[in-house]
Amino acid sequence: MARAVSTRHKTIATAAAWIVALLVFFPILYTIITSFKSEQEAIQGFNLFPSGTTESYIAVEAQNGYFKFFLNSVFLAVGSTILALLVAIPAAWSMAFSPGKWTKDILMWMLSTKMMPAVAVLFPIYLIFRDTGLLDSRIGLMIMLMLINLPIVVWMLYTYFREIPGEILEAARMDGASLWKEIVYVLTPMAVPGIASTMLLNIILAWNEAFWTIRLTTTEAAPLTAFISSFSSPQGLFWAKLSAASTLAIAPILIMGWFSQKQLVRGLTFGAVK
Amino acid sequence: MATQQTRSLARFMMAPSVVLLLVWMIVPLAFTLWFSFQQYNPLNPIRDGFIGFSNYALFYSNPAFLQSILNTLAIVGSVLLITVIGGILLALLIDQPIWGQGIVRILVISPFFVMPPVAALVWKNMIMHPQYGVFADIARFFGGQPIDWFGQYPLTAIIIIVAWQWLPFATLILLTSLQSLDGEQKEAAEMDGAGFVSRFIYLTLPHMSRAITVVILIQTIFLLSVYAEILVTTNGGPGYASTNLPFLVYQKALLEFKIGQASAGGIIAVILANIVAFFAMRAVGKNLDK
Repeated sequence: MARAVSTRHKTIATAAAWIVALLVFFPILYTIITSFKSEQEAIQGFNLFPSGTTESYIAVEAQNGYFKFFLNSVFLAVGSTILALLVAIPAAWSMAFSPGKWTKDILMWMLSTKMMPAVAVLFPIYLIFRDTGLLDSRIGLMIMLMLINLPIVVWMLYTYFREIPGEILEAARMDGASLWKEIVYVLTPMAVPGIASTMLLNIILAWNEAFWTIRLTTTEAAPLTAFISSFSSPQGLFWAKLSAASTLAIAPILIMGWFSQKQLVRGLTFGAVK
Repeated sequence: MATQQTRSLARFMMAPSVVLLLVWMIVPLAFTLWFSFQQYNPLNPIRDGFIGFSNYALFYSNPAFLQSILNTLAIVGSVLLITVIGGILLALLIDQPIWGQGIVRILVISPFFVMPPVAALVWKNMIMHPQYGVFADIARFFGGQPIDWFGQYPLTAIIIIVAWQWLPFATLILLTSLQSLDGEQKEAAEMDGAGFVSRFIYLTLPHMSRAITVVILIQTIFLLSVYAEILVTTNGGPGYASTNLPFLVYQKALLEFKIGQASAGGIIAVILANIVAFFAMRAVGKNLDK
């Protein structure tokens, strides 16, 4: 029995879903709209139709030096992700293909490190960073972000790798493929989608990390999270400028996020919900 | 076909991850534990060294401590309640046959990708500002008095912001779980004359129970350490009205330089997180066996 859905039911459901969705999205939408207003327009009450000026965007770059923070964000998010992948791929690999007695316990333990509250180690980390000259350095923060996300990266890769059938490896081995050939011709093509998904999700998480990136930087290595936090004390008329800065800070990752919905569910639930 | 050689190769491949995480977890935590028993203030040259549990006693007796624990629990509890119930309702709605489901999903999931300081500042200035915010515009439109959210109801305001950030996560996970529900089962229940409510209680809810558990556990981990949202909006105030445990520890450590007390607070946060983690690990661990 093909379920006949009445058009009336569908219309009502569609209307309700769209209204709720637009309400949830509204703060983002209104920020984008306001970013195209002048400062005067921005405070003249509710208005969904901006004049379309880009003066706020120009001001954000000219007065606050947006681009430098943006580059730091890109460098930190991409750099820490690549670093994490380099460390995690071999680990996830060996756990998926030659699991030992302790594999499960090691995985659980890795996950448990993710649950340690950051504040508990704030001061020691701060001291270590200060004494090694890593405070406000991109390299230091990159390592930090790598460590924070490493458990998630290992886990995500592990759940993907586990789905690659082991028989294929054995078949390749029987045919006399060396370990190197096995990796390059058999495993890599099958592993690439999982690695790409992991990379995408991890870049998003690193981009939005807002504890260490704010506390361990001042000017040189500060990414967009720190840049935006500098708007926390009002600076006269700054609504349009704040909107432009916010839009610029979230736009790249928002678009990436739209493409990663499925991976997001899998990655953030550690494979428990697919 | 696990030979001795592949075994040791496997260990070798795992080593970097394990060693890095081990060092990153144990070294700083050992420092914190050590500091929590020390009289240590970087601004004050007098060091009494080991002082036993005095830091813990001081941290406990601070009236801000109890308030911060209550605030932490209020944030976790309220946000969980809002996002789980809201997420179930939203997931049920989006799961209906509707036009433009893909776009609706994208709109609903979007807040999750907004970095915490942006989310908080947008709500503070664009939505909840007592003069120029949209809420104030709405209140004036109906002839009401705009509410000074961050002055009068700082904790509620923060809960609203954090709930907005996490509602998409709950919705997405619950929707994913909902969509994996066997269509035939639903139809069979329908044919047997089960109404929407009984179908929901006896079929849908049990099916989603695992996803709900996962949502609660993962959100709890993140909600226990809400930080940036407080930093850019209320800065913990007025007084300690919107200070949670992480924020109090941060204040003690980096603003007042009371390292001993901050470390004692950090250890308490670790214990709190461990209690949650214990249940989280069990739930996730069960999945591994399958």
